[in-house]
Amino acid sequence: MHSSDSCAITVRIQQEAFDLGAETRLLRAMPSGEIDRRVGAVASFVGTVRDMNEGDAITTLTLEHYPGMTEASIRDIIVQATQRWPLFAATVIHRIGPMRPADEIVWVGVTSAHREAALSACAFIMDFLKSRAPFWKKEVHAQGERWVAARDSDEEALKRW
Amino acid sequence: MRIRLRLFAALREQIGAEDQWLDLPDGVANLSDVRAFLRAQGGAWAEALDPKRAVRGAVNQRMAQDSDPVADGDEIAFFPPVTGG
Repeated sequence: MHSSDSCAITVRIQQEAFDLGAETRLLRAMPSGEIDRRVGAVASFVGTVRDMNEGDAITTLTLEHYPGMTEASIRDIIVQATQRWPLFAATVIHRIGPMRPADEIVWVGVTSAHREAALSACAFIMDFLKSRAPFWKKEVHAQGERWVAARDSDEEALKRW
Repeated sequence: MRIRLRLFAALREQIGAEDQWLDLPDGVANLSDVRAFLRAQGGAWAEALDPKRAVRGAVNQRMAQDSDPVADGDEIAFFPPVTGG
């Protein structure tokens, strides 16, 4: 059992695009701005908008969330990760509003002393975000628009944890 | 008992409501009672909250189960299974 006290947790929900390089540098920095030299592993995941879904070309993908609950639920997921792996920092950035194919929707970044903890924690956070954090996707394609249906495989993915 | 009702995504659109305070009758004690009460309003409420539809609920911004109690002043939300990430 590890503690969340020593992990710097950041959760941001925003309309704007984010810069992967800048976010990685921030993740590795201590509050003083100095780079955290205890870190031996930085693991991250970027989710992007596909141009096709269920055979239809997507023109716009719009993300809705539940202000307050979304941030709290992601923070809870990160805290659970810190109890399983020794982490120095964990950040989740999730965009909302309209996006286009190839846009970056979500970023999860985690630092630890060693790669196994960083890689596992990153996958754990992403798996639980997919099934537990209140976001909903609506896609617009040539035939109209539709809400994206949840996938059983996302719920299934939680069983490995 | 008075609760704040929030609806999101497809439910918000189907029902045409988003955020409102509601008076609930006596006997409404848990999340599934609230869903049944709303379904009894008929029309789009009955359709969107049909027991066969996959609907998730939250009480005070925490994921909740059918049997979870609701109390005066609570914020109750219903929404489809989540699809973020």
